[in-house]
Amino acid sequence: MTVAVTFGHGTQLMFETTILVLAIFLGFEVISKVPTLLHTPLMSGTNAIHGVVIVGAMLVLGAPHKSPYIWAVGFAATVLASANVVGGFVVTDRMLEMFKKRERPKPDQATPGDGGGPPAA
Amino acid sequence: MSYTTTNFLYLLTIVTFVLALRFLSNPAHARRGNQIGAVGMLLAIGVTWAKIGTTTWWALVVAMLLGGSFGAVAARKVRMTAMPQMVALFNGVGGGAAALIALAEVHRILPEPGRPSYDVSTAIALSGLIGAVSFAGSMIAFGKLQELIRGRPITYPGQQAVNLALLAGCVGVAVALAAGVQDEWLLWATVGGGALFGVLFVLPIGGADMPVVISLLNAFTGLAVAIGGFELQNDVLIVAGMLVGASGTLLTLLMARAMNRSVANVIFGAFGAVAAAEPGTAGDGAGRTVRMASPEDVAVMLAYAHKVVFVPGYGLAVAQAQHDVRQLADLLEQRGVEVSYAIHPVAGRMPGHMNVLLAEANVPYPQLKEMDEANPEFARTDVAVVVGANDVVNPDARNNRGSPIYGMPILNVDDAQTVVVLKRSMNPGFAGIENPLFYNPKTVMLFGDAKESLTKLIADVKAL
Repeated sequence: MTVAVTFGHGTQLMFETTILVLAIFLGFEVISKVPTLLHTPLMSGTNAIHGVVIVGAMLVLGAPHKSPYIWAVGFAATVLASANVVGGFVVTDRMLEMFKKRERPKPDQATPGDGGGPPAA
Repeated sequence: MSYTTTNFLYLLTIVTFVLALRFLSNPAHARRGNQIGAVGMLLAIGVTWAKIGTTTWWALVVAMLLGGSFGAVAARKVRMTAMPQMVALFNGVGGGAAALIALAEVHRILPEPGRPSYDVSTAIALSGLIGAVSFAGSMIAFGKLQELIRGRPITYPGQQAVNLALLAGCVGVAVALAAGVQDEWLLWATVGGGALFGVLFVLPIGGADMPVVISLLNAFTGLAVAIGGFELQNDVLIVAGMLVGASGTLLTLLMARAMNRSVANVIFGAFGAVAAAEPGTAGDGAGRTVRMASPEDVAVMLAYAHKVVFVPGYGLAVAQAQHDVRQLADLLEQRGVEVSYAIHPVAGRMPGHMNVLLAEANVPYPQLKEMDEANPEFARTDVAVVVGANDVVNPDARNNRGSPIYGMPILNVDDAQTVVVLKRSMNPGFAGIENPLFYNPKTVMLFGDAKESLTKLIADVKAL
């Protein structure tokens, strides 16, 4: 048997604010570990993540008893948010696909006269 | 689906998002992280679908197909070098969605007997405003990067005052709405004003400062989404939005610091006196000569050097010559030359632009050196090859107080034995300021389109 718990509005707000503050700290912590090399995919990846706004759009479009106004606005919001989600993740994937470690080409046997030496590691 | 199950699954989504960002700490598993995030997103969508029931499923499907296919096609078909504008575009639509959600919510809630609670009305007002600013600003950023709009800053007298007044107006209207004035039109005014403000504040920012602007707009959208979470009482929106807000903010600060300017200066400074020309660095060129070199000369210099550093800039992306640079670098390495790439934090049009560009050309990422790592090495570099970079190697940033870029840390290519600059002509280029590096006795210019010049260099080095 489940116990239904309803929170008062003020309590709910307090929870949400707590989560908000913690999320900010979490965000800074996690992001600061991303190397400069990956800053562009970071921007693209976070772009994809805020596509979660689609959840909000779906809630609007899916609500019962809607006026035509809400139909239209909700529909538009869902279209935009879907573009954000799909576009964001695909672009990020394309960028990250490119970061492969490759073997360096070996130096030729015949090096130039002054003995350049092997490339530094 | 019960409240508990729904929220537990939403929590799983949040976890995947955090993991996606966490895995970005290492290129080796970064891609897997993104895939995990995508799964989390699908989960959130599925859970929400279950939550709302099936009465309007067809509308949802149509909308998601429309938006999703546009996103998929645009993201797949676009060239890697157009990535910055795609990021701007997809960021903008996210902000637009947040603003539209606010508009829907206000319509649903008003008129309410008594007053809607402050937190909800504030959330609606703020997410509408910020979402609108982000949407419009991102579209302008897209236009500038796609070169549909002039890249140079568009300024007019009194601009700061107008922008500030507009912003104050929007905030005022938003406050009224938040305080409980029950008029839907207030939100429309906020959103409309916000969009106008977004356009006006991005318009005067030069193409070269876009990295900072896109980061900032990314943060704004994240913030709008997070605030939207308060409206709808949805934790996923709050956390995911704030993660993005934090990320965008941090990146914006890093970018600005790399240019040694405050964020305010970048946003409101219209890149300093583009109009005011400083005396002393007179761009007359009279009496100052540049040394030109032929591809054969440069090929010899490169092939017999011990250490060569390539310095890429936006011009490399424009010329689409990243593969040629890599080919040349490989050839040199086979001859025993030590090759690396010096990447300035604001080279290109967005953070890490050069890294992405070179990664596309399969440059092994250990060869990419950040500015702080690269600068001490120039003293023992035989040849520094500047391809399409200008401001980031301009010694005026060190020496000339009158220069708009004074104080910005640069790549000290003039410490190298020889500097080769690949440039189309002596025209000032995107930034519009003179670069004394070109007149330095150590420097030789290799004129021509970067791709052509590099192709010739490759042929000449092979022939040696």
